[in-house]
Amino acid sequence: MTIVSLRKRKIQITPYLFILPHLIFFVVFIGYPFFSGLYISFFQYDYLRPEATLFVGLQNYIDLFKTGSVKFIEFWNSIKVTLTFVIYSVPFLVIIPLGLAILLNTKIAGTKFFRAVYFAPWVLSCAVISLIWWWIFQSQGGLLNYYLKLIGFDTPRWLSTMPYAMITIVVATIWWTMGYNMVIFLAALQDIPNDLYEAAEIDGANSWQRFVNITIPMLQPVLIFIIIITIIASFNLLGQPLMMTRGAPAQPTGGGATEPVMLRIFNEGFVRPFQGSAAAMSVIVAIIMMVFSFTNFRIFRQRD
Amino acid sequence: MTIQSQKPQIISYRNQKILKKFFVYFVLIVVALLVVIPLIWMLSTSFKLKSQLFTKEIYWIPKVVTLENYTKILDNPSTPIGLWFRNSLFVAVITTAAKLVIDSLAGYAYARMKFPGRNKIFNLLLVTLFLPGVMFLVPNFVTVSKLGMLNNFNGVIFPALASVFGVFFMRQFFNSIPKELEEAAEMDGANRLQIFIKIALPLAKPALATLAVIEFLASWNDFLWALLVLKDRTVQTLQPGLRTLQGAYTSEYGLMMAGAVIVAVPVLLLYIFLQRFIVQSVATTGLKG
Repeated sequence: MTIVSLRKRKIQITPYLFILPHLIFFVVFIGYPFFSGLYISFFQYDYLRPEATLFVGLQNYIDLFKTGSVKFIEFWNSIKVTLTFVIYSVPFLVIIPLGLAILLNTKIAGTKFFRAVYFAPWVLSCAVISLIWWWIFQSQGGLLNYYLKLIGFDTPRWLSTMPYAMITIVVATIWWTMGYNMVIFLAALQDIPNDLYEAAEIDGANSWQRFVNITIPMLQPVLIFIIIITIIASFNLLGQPLMMTRGAPAQPTGGGATEPVMLRIFNEGFVRPFQGSAAAMSVIVAIIMMVFSFTNFRIFRQRD
Repeated sequence: MTIQSQKPQIISYRNQKILKKFFVYFVLIVVALLVVIPLIWMLSTSFKLKSQLFTKEIYWIPKVVTLENYTKILDNPSTPIGLWFRNSLFVAVITTAAKLVIDSLAGYAYARMKFPGRNKIFNLLLVTLFLPGVMFLVPNFVTVSKLGMLNNFNGVIFPALASVFGVFFMRQFFNSIPKELEEAAEMDGANRLQIFIKIALPLAKPALATLAVIEFLASWNDFLWALLVLKDRTVQTLQPGLRTLQGAYTSEYGLMMAGAVIVAVPVLLLYIFLQRFIVQSVATTGLKG
């Protein structure tokens, strides 16, 4: 009897020992902060002066919704900047990779080489790519303005005037991440059965008709998937504006014209000492992102 | 009549094909140049003296090739990039190794063992995959500072180990391989740990390799969290280090590009050797995610 129960206990404890190492880190750094983030957002909190912590209730949230307050203007400006970035960058980050994937899906020599080249920037860090593009876009000695001048174009101050500052961030981001989307498109294209195209060809469909009637419908799930993950990734934009434009130029009403919401949270909680307020901003951004993902998820489900 | 009218058509069809091929290669080459030019510009600048940066004409190949930029940042106490390199390597290797161990253990348990609460716990983990990372920024920073892990490598390694992706990935893999070998070993009296180490893990080598590459890249390239936690120059890693480098000098683009080269070259080398493998890993994990 005792032996049986002992063995039973032993068997039961092993699986927990297997999952425990991960579960400890999970609880401390994903489970706990889920709640403590909300908790901190009800305080005036500065990690350097924990003794000055002050319970302020919903004040951090009220500040973000009180029209005309500095925090209101700065926060919603940063949301607007993020959405502008999404609108500027996502179409390119879908169309260019899709186009490249279609070209690379043809039966010509060297496609593997080109695929490798296009994907390469993705393995670099955002600090590296930001630094490179920051240097290319410099007014003094920058590569781009040198060639623009050579062919007789205007040479704007790319990094400090609008809309150019936003364009620099969009260009750097496209260059950095287009290979990732392209590779996913390419994998999906290769999964489309060849018989479909052959049958259509026999029926006399030209290549444009085949693209519209076979490729696009077959690609639709991946297309939606790419659009969603690209938008979500765009919400996390931080390194490029931090290193290239520093959020500049300043808006006349407040906030920076290239200061997206992650940079706003970074500045609020880690440059200025307002971690409670930064936590409140994070909660609102997280809710926006989750509503977005959830809606998409629902739409996805309904189509299936 | 019919034969005559067909002949020129065949030729024009062939011409059309050649023209199309030419067009495709033209586009592919132009895009490839656009991708490569910034990297070449980085490399070229890193070998230039400051006096060569702002000349009337641009030289892609420096008139005088100098290593000064590299030597200047390598032993400079205000931007100790050699030290940062070692820090990055240490953090990335330890993080990757620790993840491989704890994620494969957990993934195996969720895939192969039956225990009360298994599905509940695993579903909870899965749900957190959809939570935006921004939520954890402030609270985790507070936790790390309370645990005294600011300016400490543990402050970047430990939070990274909480990630659910690796557990999910390993579980998927273990679910996809046949159980027979493990069952046979169990009949022979091997315990769960022995089965895991001697049978399941060797089978999981390809999955472990994929996970290792993904996690090493993620850790090596981590910018934001390292920037927040590792503030002191002596404990910085390369990514926040590049920002320090950018702030430490004005208009010394040669120095900064030398820094960028030092950060970029290890991953680019890794990429050149494991190119097909890396692209494949990204494509498959991306589609599953």
